[in-house]
Amino acid sequence: MTSSKISITGSRTSAGAAAGRTTAGVPLLRHAAAVAWKDLRVELRSREIVYTTGFFAVLLVVVFSFAFTREPSAVAGVTPGMLWVAVAFAGTVGLGRAFDREREGDTMRALLLSPAPRLAVFFGKATAIAALVLAVAALVAPLLALLLQAPLFEEPLPLVVCLVLGSVGFALVGTVFAAMLLRVRSRDVLLPVVLYPILVPMFIAGTKATAALVAARPDVAAAWYWIQFLGVYDALFFGISLWTFESLVIE
Amino acid sequence: MNRILVPIMALLAAVGLAVSAWGIFVVTPMEQTLYYSQKIFYWHVPNATMLFVAVFVCGIASLVYLKKRDARWDDIALASGELAVVFGAIVLATGSIWARAAWGHWWVWETRLVTSLLLWLIMVGVVLVRRFAGTGAERLAAGLAVFGMVDVPLIYVGVKQGDLHPQAKVVQTLDTGMRLTFWLSMATFLFLFVALLLTRIQTARAERQLRELHERGLDAGLLES
Amino acid sequence: MGLDRVSCSGLAKRYGHQRALGGVDLELRRGSLTALLGPNGAGKTTLLGILSTLIRPTGGRVHYHDGSAVRDADDRLRREIGVLAHASLCYGELTGAENLRFFAGLYDVGPARVDELLDQVGLDERARERPARTYSRGMMQRLALARALLARPSLLLLDEPFTGLDRSGAAALGASLAGAKAGGAMVLVVTHDLEAISALADHVVVLRRGLIAHEARRPEAVAHADGGYRYDELKDLYHRFAD
Repeated sequence: MTSSKISITGSRTSAGAAAGRTTAGVPLLRHAAAVAWKDLRVELRSREIVYTTGFFAVLLVVVFSFAFTREPSAVAGVTPGMLWVAVAFAGTVGLGRAFDREREGDTMRALLLSPAPRLAVFFGKATAIAALVLAVAALVAPLLALLLQAPLFEEPLPLVVCLVLGSVGFALVGTVFAAMLLRVRSRDVLLPVVLYPILVPMFIAGTKATAALVAARPDVAAAWYWIQFLGVYDALFFGISLWTFESLVIE
Repeated sequence: MNRILVPIMALLAAVGLAVSAWGIFVVTPMEQTLYYSQKIFYWHVPNATMLFVAVFVCGIASLVYLKKRDARWDDIALASGELAVVFGAIVLATGSIWARAAWGHWWVWETRLVTSLLLWLIMVGVVLVRRFAGTGAERLAAGLAVFGMVDVPLIYVGVKQGDLHPQAKVVQTLDTGMRLTFWLSMATFLFLFVALLLTRIQTARAERQLRELHERGLDAGLLES
Repeated sequence: MGLDRVSCSGLAKRYGHQRALGGVDLELRRGSLTALLGPNGAGKTTLLGILSTLIRPTGGRVHYHDGSAVRDADDRLRREIGVLAHASLCYGELTGAENLRFFAGLYDVGPARVDELLDQVGLDERARERPARTYSRGMMQRLALARALLARPSLLLLDEPFTGLDRSGAAALGASLAGAKAGGAMVLVVTHDLEAISALADHVVVLRRGLIAHEARRPEAVAHADGGYRYDELKDLYHRFAD
């Protein structure tokens, strides 16, 4: 995950410099890695988020299977939706929990107080969230393929790229919004309320790409079109997050 | 400047509404498939345009506010955010009526309608956040508005290409009789938008200044809290 | 080279409809400990937040002086600022030592300093290797202080640090603050515990409704020789200007 972040950052430093910040590349990445690694270590200690979010995702898939499938032929139609809704809901729950951790002890404040560039805090947390969402997707996709006999892995490469880009997009926007809402009352309700409308284009692209891959005759070209769309989505929100993150978390 | 501009805009809007109403019902030719219900198009499209304008004004004002933290930009963001919700509601209502007339359903998954719905939802979120988020709400609303603005092209392209529920697309080919009335209607709603925006900004500014004066009075011991 | 003076002019902060600070002029000097007093809601925490660069003022400016130069409020400046808040600012799931090592990485401080501080604040070997959430209030405060002192900050900001501490804990904290002050740091303490801060504070600022109600400073010679304001003096100032 960190390596893909580096390659994206490499082509974006001009955007970063254009935004008027001198982000000396190495300390930024070093601190971002430290933050991400810290999150990972804390999570590995208790495994709380992984277990609860993972189980929630599994439950969603099972419930959806009952709710949405009446006959086998309906499978191809509902599978993309189920996959992305499960990833989104579970991802939001995990996102909320991950930032809850920064509220106990007010450690988000500690991170922002440190000499680490605020963008490093953003990258570090976003990397951790992206890893979490990908893990959920890695759990849900095979489960769906199993329970519904959905041919999800017919074309594995496009599917994986699609899920990776979707996780990155979710992580980028989700991290900004969760950090923004950290000290707000009713943040648990407000987070999905503000997050989901912004994520709609990502859902459209993700479900369209998945649908193209799951169809009786997979339309790989269409899938790659939507994957490119996801790439543009990620790039746009990467840029705007870089530009506005600090202004949004500093009161 | 506002003292002259707002009344002029309001007057132009009023005149425009009158003239375009006449234009819509008297001058423009009747459309051959939908008859009268097509005429809602003369209101629906300008309002949709104003929705987009409001979203962009809000997004840009929010961005400047985030960078400069000047409350005057927040006033603009506040006003345009609220107007976006208002115009969005009109778009959805007129679009719904049009859909009912054209296809027999109160809702269709047509590109412009869906895009308007999503934008409207985002702007409702902006207004909700401003109301209910407590301290620092302006900053949060600004963030959401900026992200919403960036999302607009993505939503439009995504919904269009996504072709969610293929419907017969309503292609608007305007012949000259219709064109003039259409642009007149567009101008009318632009004037209305500007008048409302300037007025709302003034109100927000006045509220803020009143509060500041109240505090200065309390500080100086001239007022009792 | 650290900061030797922090000056604020016309500092104001408004949160939407609420005014937290309404124009504060303040100067902090090196080797001086400032007691920031005032009733709840006076704006003390907001002022601290602005000084620590976490809150952007809606009016006025803060100048961080380094000799004759004025430092930009960039990432590197934050290395000179240490904060001890009411919250622990530490991760409960990590051990004391892990917490310090993580923050040491962010502050570009070597591992030797971590051990040195853990010794200085008095966290023994076993405590260091326990998760921070198992710590008592007093131990957590010691860890938080160690975290604040990691990079030898020249500006030390503390928000109600004596709350919940017993006598010995308060005494130990007081000794650490005296040490920091003697080392040339600028120390600002927001507190309601006048007794704990007495003899330490040589500069008293009373805040009320977002404005400075009173400010008093011991002349330098007296400050170094005499210690700080006495408890009865502080109580008198508080009652006269804060109520």
